Order: sequence, then structure tokens, then C-alpha cells
Amino acid sequence: MSRFNKRYTGIYPLLLVLLIGITLCSIRYGAVQISVKEMFSGLNHWFSSPASMSLNERIFMEIRFPRAVLCVLVGASLAVGGALMQSLFRNPIVEPGLVGTSSGAAFGASLYFVLGSIFNFSTGEWTLPLAACAGGILATFLVFILSESRQPGRNSVVALLLTGIAINALFISGVGFMSYMARDPQARSITFWTLGTLSGANWHSVMITGFTSVVCILLALRYTKHLNALMIGEEEAQFMGVRIKRLKLIVLLINLVMVAVATAFTGVISFIGLIVPHLLRIMAGSDNRYLVIGSALMGGILLSLADLIARLLLQPAELPIGIVTAVVGVPVFIILLRNRNYYF
Amino acid sequence: MLSAQNITYSIGNKTLLHDVSTTFKPGKLNLIIGPNGAGKSTLIKVLCKQIKPAQGSVYYGNKAVEAYTDLELARIRAVLSQNIELAFPLKVWEVIMMGRYPHFTTKPTIKDDQACEEAMRFFDVWDMADRDYMTLSGGEKQRVHFARVVAQIWYPVDGSCRYLILDEPLTFLDIHYQFQFMHKIVELLQHGDIVVVGVVHDLNLAAKFADKITLLHKGGVLADGKPKEVLTQEFIKEAYRLNPVLVEDQEKESLYLFFE
Repeated sequence: MSRFNKRYTGIYPLLLVLLIGITLCSIRYGAVQISVKEMFSGLNHWFSSPASMSLNERIFMEIRFPRAVLCVLVGASLAVGGALMQSLFRNPIVEPGLVGTSSGAAFGASLYFVLGSIFNFSTGEWTLPLAACAGGILATFLVFILSESRQPGRNSVVALLLTGIAINALFISGVGFMSYMARDPQARSITFWTLGTLSGANWHSVMITGFTSVVCILLALRYTKHLNALMIGEEEAQFMGVRIKRLKLIVLLINLVMVAVATAFTGVISFIGLIVPHLLRIMAGSDNRYLVIGSALMGGILLSLADLIARLLLQPAELPIGIVTAVVGVPVFIILLRNRNYYF
Repeated sequence: MLSAQNITYSIGNKTLLHDVSTTFKPGKLNLIIGPNGAGKSTLIKVLCKQIKPAQGSVYYGNKAVEAYTDLELARIRAVLSQNIELAFPLKVWEVIMMGRYPHFTTKPTIKDDQACEEAMRFFDVWDMADRDYMTLSGGEKQRVHFARVVAQIWYPVDGSCRYLILDEPLTFLDIHYQFQFMHKIVELLQHGDIVVVGVVHDLNLAAKFADKITLLHKGGVLADGKPKEVLTQEFIKEAYRLNPVLVEDQEKESLYLFFE
């Protein structure tokens, strides 16, 4: 085997086993315990005789199972989005949320909730994600346009991040305004949104998120080599044949669609996109192909774990998951920042 | 052969390059010198297709640079720029493998591996293959990048020369490695199909190694030719505003410059 072909044979199987294990745990445990036997019989009845399902079997098939799968998909989307953005901006503290995508998506969704209640839209499965997507795209492009330096070819990451903070504040206050204007059921939906929750998971949201996340991650894998080249600089990447402008556009779009759709069904979940790529880099280096595959697995692991904690901590009530990821994510992030042996 | 024909480039009212024409031949060491602000970096950028001149064109062989896609260009031409900073930690071999990126789609082939290994041995960085790039000294980093750009054009290309463009490559190197690097470049030139164009500041180094020197001054070519034709009292005085003492060693055919 060539020394130039680093393989991650140890890491991928480990992550995969962890992912499956934690997913099974999060299906099994909760306000109601579901035994493995009930899982099998539930699966069986779902296809053979849906009418004769027991309560636990219904909880398994209609609530826990789709929720666990959505968790994995959303975690993967956010983590891969984080890995892509960090590589694209050559900066380790970028996450999808920092450049406005998630707050924009939250704004789009809250606008949809409020307008929907006023004008009585038919609430199709695609309209909410589309509204969230549109909001995410709007906010992200605002950030990039406003942070663009007047001198061509120079992009200041500080300007980008500060603009991101400003635009985030704007869109979050927009969400606040919408929830202030909204009537009670809509206002509650909006509040849950800004904190993140997976309680609305169903097979439709799983299908849609599954489709966008799988397509986007597979697309992202095609550009990992280009993103690697970017690590030594934009000009250098160009000298190696990378078309920078096109790459930026494609990767931004992948990230936008993936994160906006994930956010559309679960609300704003912070820190997953930031932490996961860091942990993977500490484990086995910065190669983007490994980071994308690893993030897809590890994002699912961490979000499932957070969801399990969110459901078990205040049983039978449930915490918004964004609170859990923030409480766990902030200390990890601060430890990473203070660790000078790392690359800050 | 790499040639610039009547290149003019300006930003706003300031003309950075004015009607610059010069030709760089394969198998020869072509060095560009000139005082600060003479337009050296701008000329390099034009040669690399980084910026488009207002007038004139650059030719790689018989083909204008615009006729190449970035990828086609990357397969025949490598560029070493100044001040490279890595955004994330990488192993040395990962940095060098980047040089092969234009040549493979997802996985490096055996040929790519071989190019990297040979380039690393050539520049004496093979032993640090598994070290973290971030822990290297400035000079070691520079050698890693030499290996990377040379790996990029390691194999001859059918129907085309290979081009190596170096923008102040010696900045972080001590005298030993400056000389070692120049000797390596001379060794590479033995292949005969490599066009090397480099910007340097050290006039003595240019005098010792260059086959052709292009002296830029105020955005134009002040002198262009063999070291002895370019490094003369009057040209140096005009460009650098200093009076050089030129010492010529007839026996070794070498030229030394001193400044007081």
C-alpha cells in the first residue's frame, strides 16, 4: 500500500458502529421504553396489517423511528455543512449559522407560519422547506455581498464574520417580530424553531431531508479535492487548476440547500456544524474527503446523543435540542479555542 | 517557450507595466530582477493568467494563455508564490500530493505517488514526509513547496514544454539552501523542456546562476540579456540608485557586485 494513500480503516467502522448503536438507543429509550421485540413486530405489522398495531408499535413506527432517522440526517447535514464552510473560508471558526444560513432559514419559516395563518395556505410538504431555503439563501447572500471587500481578490474573514453577526441579529429580531405578531399556535411553532426540536419528525420530513442531504453530501464529495487545494491558498489552488469562483458558488449552494432544508424541519441547531469537523481533524487530519464522510457519520452520532439527552433529562417533558447542543458545544468550543497546540 | 508580448497593465491612472516584451527559453534559467515597485510581481501575475493585461498577450508555446483552461495550464505549469499559509494542519506528504491534483480525479495513481516521492527526495524532504507541516521551520516549509511545485510538472508533457514560475522563492532560505536550491533548478534544466522564470532580489545570485536576466524598472524592461550585459554600472545605477563596484573574474567567468 502506498504511503500517500492514507486510509481511515479504523475510524469509519468505529463511527458507523457508534452511529447504529446510538440510533438504536434513542429509539429504545424515552418517555416510553420500546423493546427490541416490539421494534421487530412493529416493522412487521407496519407492512402487513397497520390497523392491528399496538400502542408501543405505533410509537415506534410513527414517532421514534422517523425521529431517529431525521436526527441522523440533520446531524449529518449540519456537520458536513460546517466542514464545507470551514474549508471554503479557510477558517476553523466558521459554521453554517455564522454566515446567516440558519437564522435566515428560521426567518423564512416563521414568515411562512405567520403568513400561512393569515392567508390560510394549504400547507404542503414542500412549502415550509422552500420558505426556509429562501430565507437561508437571502441571509447568506446578504452576508457575502456586504462583507465583500472593495479591493478585488481580498476577502477579510473578520469582515465576513462581523457581517454575519450583524445579519444574524437582524434575522433573529425578524423571527422575534414574527413570533410577537403571531397568534398562539404559530408563536409556539416559532419559539420551538429558534431553539430547535426534532419532535415534529415524520416520514415525510425524513424523505425530504434524506433526499437533499444524500444528494448534497454525494455532490460535496466530488469537490473535496478542490477544497483541499484551497487549504494552501486561493491563488495556489488556482495554479493547480481549480476554478475558484465556480467552486465557491457550488459549495455555497450545496451548504445552503442542505442546511436550510435541515433547519426547515428542526429549527436552529447550533454548534454541531462547528464542533464535528474540529473533532475529526484532531482524530485524523484535515483531508476534506475524510472530513465530509466523517462529518456525515459523526454529526448523526452527536445529534442523536443530544436528542436522547433532550428527551431523557426532563422526562416525560422534552428540552429543545438546541439548548443541549449549545450547553455541550460551548465548553468544547472554548477548550478548542484555548488549546494552543491546535491551530489557532 | 514562454513569451510576453507588448504587455501593458494599469490600475486606475497608475501604469504598472508598460509595453513589456520578453521571451523565456526552455533549458535556460531566466531571472527577473528590479527594484521594489518595478512591476516584477505584476509581470508574474500576468504570466500566470492571474490578471488580464489591458494590451498585449502571453504565449505558452504558440498558444495564447487565454486559450488554455486553468486545468490545462496547471498540468504544464507550476507556480511557487510568496507567503503561503496553510489554513489547517496537514502532513508534509499531503501538501506535496496537492501538486499532483491537476493530474488525477479522486485517487492518486502510482505515477502520482512516484512523482511525489522523487520530488521529495530531490529536495531533501523525504524524511519529513509524516511530519506536521505547521511544525516546520520557514526554510523547511519553503523546501516542501519546492517539492510540491516540481511534483506538479514532474513528467514531460507531449507537445509542450513544462513551465516553472517562481516568485521570490529564496526569501526564507539561508545561504546554504539558496545555493542548494539554485543548483537543483540548474539540475532540473538539464531536461531541456523546462522553462524556468524566477524573481530574485539577490543580484549576486542572479549573476552567478542566470542564463538570462530581465531588469525591470518603472514598469518597463530596462535591460534584457546575459548577466554581463544587464548587470552593468549604468543599468544598476539607474534602477537601484546605487553605485555598484563590479568585479569580474575572467578565469571563472563570474561577476561579483559590491555596494558601498
